[in-house]
Amino acid sequence: ASVPYSHTERETFLAEHCRPGVVLKSASCDIFQNLAFEDWIHAHVDVEKRSILFMCRNRPAVVIGRHQNPWQECNVPLARERGIPVARRRSGGGTVFHDLGNVNLTFFSSRKRYDRQRNLRIVTRALRQLSPNLDVHATERFDILLNKQFKISGTAAKLGRTGAYHHCTLLCSADRALLSATLRSACAAGIRSNATPSVAAPVRNLRDEDPTLNCDAVMEAVASQYYADFGLSAPAVVVDPTDELSHPGIRRITQELQAWDWVFGKTPAFSLDTSFEVQCEACDTKVNLTVGVKSGAIETCSIESPQDWLPPAMCRELSGLMVGSRFRPSDMAVIFTAFLRANPQSHELENKMHILCEKVVALM
Amino acid sequence: MAAFATLRGSFTFMRHLFSTYHYKHCCSRVKVVKPVFLLCSSSRIIYPQCRNFKTSYGRAGPVLQFKLSDIGEGIMEVTVKEWYVKEGDKVSQFDSICEVQSDKASVTITSRYDGVIRKLYYDVDSIALVGTPLVDIETDAAHDGAPEKDVVETPAMSHEEHTHQEIKGHKTQATPAVRRLAMENNIKLSEVVGTGKDGRILKEDILNYLSKQTGAILPPSPYHEIQPPPPAAAVPSAVGPKDKVPQPSPAQPVIQRPVFTGKDRTEPLKGFHKAMVKTMTAALKIPHFGYCDEVDMTKLVRLRLELKELAESRGVKLSYMPFFIKAASLGLLQFPILNASVDEECQNITYKAAHNIGLAMDTTQGLLVPNVKNVQVLSVFDIAVELNRLQALGTSGQLGTADLTGGTFTLSNIGSIGGTYAKPVILPPEVAIGALGKIQVLPRFNSRDEVVKAHVMNVSWSADHRLIDGATMCRFSNLWKSYLENPATMVLDLK
Repeated sequence: ASVPYSHTERETFLAEHCRPGVVLKSASCDIFQNLAFEDWIHAHVDVEKRSILFMCRNRPAVVIGRHQNPWQECNVPLARERGIPVARRRSGGGTVFHDLGNVNLTFFSSRKRYDRQRNLRIVTRALRQLSPNLDVHATERFDILLNKQFKISGTAAKLGRTGAYHHCTLLCSADRALLSATLRSACAAGIRSNATPSVAAPVRNLRDEDPTLNCDAVMEAVASQYYADFGLSAPAVVVDPTDELSHPGIRRITQELQAWDWVFGKTPAFSLDTSFEVQCEACDTKVNLTVGVKSGAIETCSIESPQDWLPPAMCRELSGLMVGSRFRPSDMAVIFTAFLRANPQSHELENKMHILCEKVVALM
Repeated sequence: MAAFATLRGSFTFMRHLFSTYHYKHCCSRVKVVKPVFLLCSSSRIIYPQCRNFKTSYGRAGPVLQFKLSDIGEGIMEVTVKEWYVKEGDKVSQFDSICEVQSDKASVTITSRYDGVIRKLYYDVDSIALVGTPLVDIETDAAHDGAPEKDVVETPAMSHEEHTHQEIKGHKTQATPAVRRLAMENNIKLSEVVGTGKDGRILKEDILNYLSKQTGAILPPSPYHEIQPPPPAAAVPSAVGPKDKVPQPSPAQPVIQRPVFTGKDRTEPLKGFHKAMVKTMTAALKIPHFGYCDEVDMTKLVRLRLELKELAESRGVKLSYMPFFIKAASLGLLQFPILNASVDEECQNITYKAAHNIGLAMDTTQGLLVPNVKNVQVLSVFDIAVELNRLQALGTSGQLGTADLTGGTFTLSNIGSIGGTYAKPVILPPEVAIGALGKIQVLPRFNSRDEVVKAHVMNVSWSADHRLIDGATMCRFSNLWKSYLENPATMVLDLK
């Protein structure tokens, strides 16, 4: 929801930069703060007469599209373990891995001036200014390819009533090992859903091609190319996305974007069908788990275990208890603890229950 | 229309309004000679702006098909990803209706009309063709198809403020026309008292509000005084059934009785609550007995004050809990039956070797009881470190199974929120639990019969009477109490 904010105040904010185009550079490396800033501009700034280019870099984070399934797109437990936040942006499209070696560009304009190819031309021209022999071009699907095969940029866009924005990434010097490890889902094979899937592509860092192409140089080049497009020459304006006074309401947007209910709860309904191996008297057997998840909460759940490993009644009881709680490790821990308290078991069975719980939590 | 003329004269702002809108409708609620319904049906006003002002007697108007407009870039079809409205919802112009996705672009479709949604043409995840109908909107009467280009500049108040206002949990009823009038005059609907049916805000209420506005923000309160315009008191006082504006005598203000429109809400118990039900049902199968006592904390208070800074220099917040927990563990060494567990049929008792002392924690998820493992080998400082870690996990909602299971004895510091005595419930498979009240400063007699200031805390124990008898509980409590009343004795028994 938008916040009461007068028209004059908004204009004053950008008043001293009364140019048809402004370049804003974020002082923050926090993915949520920067996404909130994008949101705030889209909701509060009149882009009828003035277009904006917003640039930022973020600490490692996974950013999924508006209608995607995080469990399908990345390894959620691994990301959690490594302290890499998962964020869901408001625009559609696929999943991107952000880190400090990745430049993010957001082009805000009125709907009339919305032109993604034009924006991408600014980027490719800027890159060629820095490295004249660089083979970069934008495709029909709004990707930018290096040497006609490696994807160095992906695009997503959001159109509102009067304004629109087009954002894209630019791989300069990202940590490719971390990227591939994090974006490899643990249970994608068993997920069935209507969420937008990502299209994987071979990637390459610009810096691998030309060592002079680091993030700062690239951002500066894009900024001056953007201004040149308007026939201007000016420095980028540094903005602080945590400044509530200049951007009233931005703190609330940041909190909304960080909430579990947005990042995970907004996942379109899906079903997960998987099995894990457990040791049973020196041989390995499989336990099947099938869950149906809607709005982040478990709607249906069934656990099938071989009779000699866990009694079916216990499995039924546990799955019954899981229905209604969120598909989230902390919720699972609470459910499991309550189950154990209410159903005291022998030491052996309790150990098996612990193993089962661990395996289930490792999926969430 | 004498009354109308008088009304016009007393509201100076009306002159401004009259210059832009024709206002024959506004007096429909004030007592006039003509029957009201004739008044509204006879007028058909053309406005210079796109907005129509209707009376509070909205009638069902034409059902308009809102087509999916051209998104641009030659896109012919999109996928409907999310609906923001459902059939029967009221929408205003520019409210978000749905989100569609096309080729990497998300588009928010906003409504072109005011009205009620009557039909959704597409399901989520279905393909919608550009140019085909998206929704049917039933607009209000006398609608002349407002063009979306001539839009009045959105003023300071956000659109949402006006469409959904709540006074103490009740949605404010107001027609779109009334809402727009409020918005254009920068009025919060929550500050206007509705005089219509069910507390509905009418145009007259907005006009009344405006006439009294001094620029000060009025507190949103249903008990809002209503004063009719003074000259209009000349209007005949014969109160007809249609006249709802009260005419008070100058001395006595009229209090508007609030209309309660709340409804009961039933929903099935889910997740965490189901877990609580299971745990507590099992817990109350245990025959409990209670034992309470008072602990003089004066010396411990002094000790903690001395040690607090040192702990902070090591980066740890030191509360009283580490002392309580360590003292409990020392007590359990002497009374191991309190750290035991009995099986379901009560055939076997297991004396647990480890003292995993649980701490009841109030988190965002609800009541959780993580435990500190192996307190018998930890120092008070170690316990404080563990507590800090558990508290951090608890507040961020990340407590895992390892921390939540395996407890053998529990302490609940309900006193940190409030209370003195309690009757705690034992958490199976444990056999005892203690609840600590708040620390109060009270006068007590010392050994020399003098009244001194003492820091007093109450403790309430509950134990499983199948295993534990009163005497055991009492002796354990006395031992625990003596460690806390004389912290120096803890030093003697530290392991």
